[in-house]
Amino acid sequence: MNNGIAIQVVNLTKHYGELLAVDHIGFTVRKGEFFGFLGPNGAGKTTTLRMLTGVIRADEGIASILEYKAGSLKAKQVTGVVPEMANAYGDLSGWDNLMLMAELYGIPASLARERSTSLMQEIGLYHRKDSLVKTYSKGMKQRLTLCLALISDPEVLFLDEPTSGLDVQSARMIKDMLQGLNARGKTIFLTTHDMEEANQLCDRVAIINEGKLVAVDAPEKLRMAVSGMHSVEVSFDNIVNPQALANIPGVNTVKKLGDKWRLYTTDPGELVASLTNYSTSNGLKIISLNTLSPSLEDAFMALTEKREKDA
Amino acid sequence: MPDIATILQQARRSLAIARKDMRIYYAKGPVIIFGVLFPVFLFLSFTIGRQLSIDFMIPGLLGMILFFTATSVSPIVIPWEAQARTLERLMSCPVRIETIIVGDILASFAFGAGISLVPIILGLFLGITISSPFIFALAVILAALCFASLGTVFSIPPTNMPSTVNMIASVVKFPVVFISGIFIPLNELPAWGQAVAYISPLTYFTDIARYSIQGQGHLPIAVDILALLGFTTLFLAAAMKLHQRTMPRRI
Repeated sequence: MNNGIAIQVVNLTKHYGELLAVDHIGFTVRKGEFFGFLGPNGAGKTTTLRMLTGVIRADEGIASILEYKAGSLKAKQVTGVVPEMANAYGDLSGWDNLMLMAELYGIPASLARERSTSLMQEIGLYHRKDSLVKTYSKGMKQRLTLCLALISDPEVLFLDEPTSGLDVQSARMIKDMLQGLNARGKTIFLTTHDMEEANQLCDRVAIINEGKLVAVDAPEKLRMAVSGMHSVEVSFDNIVNPQALANIPGVNTVKKLGDKWRLYTTDPGELVASLTNYSTSNGLKIISLNTLSPSLEDAFMALTEKREKDA
Repeated sequence: MPDIATILQQARRSLAIARKDMRIYYAKGPVIIFGVLFPVFLFLSFTIGRQLSIDFMIPGLLGMILFFTATSVSPIVIPWEAQARTLERLMSCPVRIETIIVGDILASFAFGAGISLVPIILGLFLGITISSPFIFALAVILAALCFASLGTVFSIPPTNMPSTVNMIASVVKFPVVFISGIFIPLNELPAWGQAVAYISPLTYFTDIARYSIQGQGHLPIAVDILALLGFTTLFLAAAMKLHQRTMPRRI
């Protein structure tokens, strides 16, 4: 039985003509889990989300939401969706958009008014509740879209890059709200290409590339699974030759990051000693020096590049 | 087959969609231009200067207005919403595609039936009498539903451009007006003209309107009513079936 499972995906596949957009993917999301779905643009994230929310039909495979077939009325009734593009009705006020969604989810009017007031106050839109949505800023529209998804108090929330292109304040507000919802036991499925966002928010992430699932694991485990991606970030008081840095024993790759250098290695301890020797022998002074574990971005790059090489 | 509770639930949600359409789309430019202004001017251009009685003109004007208004809202809602990306929101809500279609049809039906009161009241003011008001009212309701359903057939091709759908609709609507007994009574048409007229649902409504206002129609009333029912069923079935295929392709 699916007890404890919020989302189950088996062999899900979608073609767009010749293009295989989603290629026989499978994963499960537990109830109450914050699940990230990571991938570069065009990897198949939105197509997968649209199949799970019943907007488009899969060509093969099955997916279920809380044991209901994805796309069925029952599955849609227990889910809330924040699509990639803010899509409230511009010719209606924020409040009227919420009332419309409440009607479409069969929520009694008095409860709808109570929830709408509370949601709009929480997300800082209440003072503009009667303004037409077309007069809202992008951040306000996206915050309203989150309210629209929450009006039915759904058990499972799907979000497609909800903070993409938003101002810092709106993005922060949305992330805080998502963390609060997750803390209250809601299952959250978030697609993003922002590694830092996934790292901050998600219990587990799936990485999708060119329609195929590359990995599914906790962000920390994915980072640790990438060998050879440790690095040392160093800055000197003077200009250095990148070739000279690359020639230091133990350095695999050199990257310039502003006024700093990031040196990738398999043995950060030995590299720190070598860097000290290098600076002494070249009359340089080390201004800052940090050892870094692989980031989720490093893991993502390593995993997606490995897949491309294997292909 | 959905159970009664689901059907009632979806019917309520169709009404919510219809109310939303009324608030957003009734005042849109293409609806006012193609739905209201166009039929009035087209009718005037064909009637001014001709010696026609009010009893002849009002059924024609009513047919024109009802046909254009009831087919003005339903074709543009889906492409408009696909373009504005609100269709994806509707499709992710717990509503069936049929529920969305029925909502759009109801909004278009109400627009057509509501605006058609204008030529009826104008006619009554000018002295026409309606001999069988019940049949006449039934015909207006049935025809508004039929034409609103036809409107959703126009929007089946998965384009997200309302102007393209309006173009498709115009290609059908203009010839239909000329073959439906609006400007020339059916009994004055040659046999081939009458044969062509019978493929237009507007013919049957105009015939009932002429029967109710002029006192005589060309066909038996039962045939007119059954034909309107048949066309409505056909358009509804085609819209329900084919939008299932094309709606996901708009996203």
